[in-house]
Amino acid sequence: MAKTTVERPAEDDIQRGELLDLYRLMLLMRRLEESVYRKFHEAKIGGYLHRYDGQEALVAGVIPQLRLPGDYVLCTYRDHAHALACGTEPKAIMAELMGRATGCALGKGGSMHLTDPERGFLGGDGIVGGPVPVSLGVGYALKYKGEGNICVCYFGDGAMNQGGVHEAFNMVGLYKLPVLYILENNQFAMGTSVERSTGQPDFVLKAQAHGIAGERVDGMDLLTVREAANRAIARIRETGEAYFLEMTCYRYVGHGIGDDNTGGHKTYRTEEEVAEWRLRDPIHRLRDTMEARGFLTAEQAEAIDREVVAEVEEAIAFAEASPEPPLDSLYENVYS
Amino acid sequence: MATMRYQQALRLAMTEEMERDPNVFLCGEEVGQYQGTYRVSEGMLQKFGPQRIVDTPISEIGIAGMATGAAMVGLRPIAEFMTWSFALEAMDQLVNHAAKITYMSGGRIHCPVVFRGPAGVGTQLSAQHSQSLESWYAHTPGFKVVMPATPADAKGLLKTAIRDNNPIIFMEHAGLYGTQGEVPDDPEFMVPFGQAAIRREGGDITLISYSRGVQLCLKAAETLAKDKIECEVIDLRTLVPLDMETVLASVRKTHHAVVAQEEWRNVSFGSELSARIHEQAFDDLDAPVGRVGGADVPMPYAKNLERAAIPTDNDIIAAVKRALA
Repeated sequence: MAKTTVERPAEDDIQRGELLDLYRLMLLMRRLEESVYRKFHEAKIGGYLHRYDGQEALVAGVIPQLRLPGDYVLCTYRDHAHALACGTEPKAIMAELMGRATGCALGKGGSMHLTDPERGFLGGDGIVGGPVPVSLGVGYALKYKGEGNICVCYFGDGAMNQGGVHEAFNMVGLYKLPVLYILENNQFAMGTSVERSTGQPDFVLKAQAHGIAGERVDGMDLLTVREAANRAIARIRETGEAYFLEMTCYRYVGHGIGDDNTGGHKTYRTEEEVAEWRLRDPIHRLRDTMEARGFLTAEQAEAIDREVVAEVEEAIAFAEASPEPPLDSLYENVYS
Repeated sequence: MATMRYQQALRLAMTEEMERDPNVFLCGEEVGQYQGTYRVSEGMLQKFGPQRIVDTPISEIGIAGMATGAAMVGLRPIAEFMTWSFALEAMDQLVNHAAKITYMSGGRIHCPVVFRGPAGVGTQLSAQHSQSLESWYAHTPGFKVVMPATPADAKGLLKTAIRDNNPIIFMEHAGLYGTQGEVPDDPEFMVPFGQAAIRREGGDITLISYSRGVQLCLKAAETLAKDKIECEVIDLRTLVPLDMETVLASVRKTHHAVVAQEEWRNVSFGSELSARIHEQAFDDLDAPVGRVGGADVPMPYAKNLERAAIPTDNDIIAAVKRALA
């Protein structure tokens, strides 16, 4: 089994301003996610709904290190945090979740298909493993254009058992394409644990089998993720070759709205297990680190929280006040 | 004008478009070093190099994803499937990704990609290699579906496909690759989508088909002319978009129609076409629209069984006589 990277950056490498930004970003992700079930139960949001609570460091430690636009990001249906990190307005995200004309996909995509191509965000994807073959094409195009840009592609542990992922890995390894793969190993493919879904749980080894180097990283710690991502991104820009980061993490809530906190997850994991992982919460850990280094006081942390909550509430108010898409847009955008 | 084979016309279209636009590239199994399974891309690796003529492993999901992803960020890929039967491996990338990304993104992401390769039935290739599945794609919103019947159309439609900003399902017919025809030299020669061609004029009955089915219709029309039955033969060229105007204008003149296709009859493109003619020209029809198609069985291997499963000009003649009876 690949060793887990726990290396954190040297103290003087970290700027207070950057950390404050990342702290605020993670908190915004958390507060936005906390609001969406409420709006679902108010029947303001429909469809499926997959939250990112607990996994924030995987996005906040990587996407802000990219050159956007220029680089590209692809991810799964658990995509709200990724859109936020790419710079999509919370208002446009919330409006999309509520199926409004002001949504980032004009209300045609919904939660699983947030998108913002002008900011390099090519979107969520509703199919497990689906973005990985697409990343092969994005990576091929980036190499073809030769401008030194890279593609970051997120996917889950469940996707590692999809055939298309392995076809794409094989070709990315073969053609040597500038793609950073982020495996969001949150331990469960819906309700099926990693141990119950593969005879070879060493995912780094599987990437290596396709000619893609990689390592496992503690995904519950922002500074560790950021450090690993920075190294990986620099390496990809220098060599042009793909790299694979398996991020060990945990989702606090159920797989989706049908598997919420009060229901199904008890069939495949215990409340004690969830509580144990919550002790490693990436937002709390970053706050503790920043407080210890004198970057943040308790009062400042509370003020940031108030700002972030207000931003989410503003996004909700904007979305609720936005019109539904006009009916005559039904047949628009089928073709370009 | 030059006389060339259907497969050469396809190569000419790709070559001209790759010379015109550096964002166009071709990827697929055996397209480069092997010179193309059906020699469609012969010589192109030598001309354009390995970055633009990309040999892939036998990985249809990878090929489809490669083309889709590259199209989403500004290139104009042509992905060749060794046959459309193998594209079944790639259905998720085709249907759930390429066809839908424009709609799902509210029109913010474009996907200008051509998926092409041979389709069609015959030559004892049996169940897994001999089939025609155009209805699957025509059924899916987001695709345009192109099925050229002549060398000139092979060139003109493929050039239009490469310049289109949408995912194109471009189905060639393996049985037509060797057919010869006049092809315009003009590098701006394009055949627009959604404009059917009247391949033979006639006043008694309208025969509607596409791809190799057009040849069968023309052969049947020739035979029927000896019995003083004049058939109008329409080549649809593209199933999506569909030129119903040309079809309806002809049916209003002849008052009879037969639709002919190689694919299975059940829930097929011919079913849709027949339904639309009935819906839109019911009062002009003197008889129900006849349908000719493949037998609803997996393609058998034995010569006599295969012959019985594939529609012939005699099947079309029989359908015409039923319609005119």
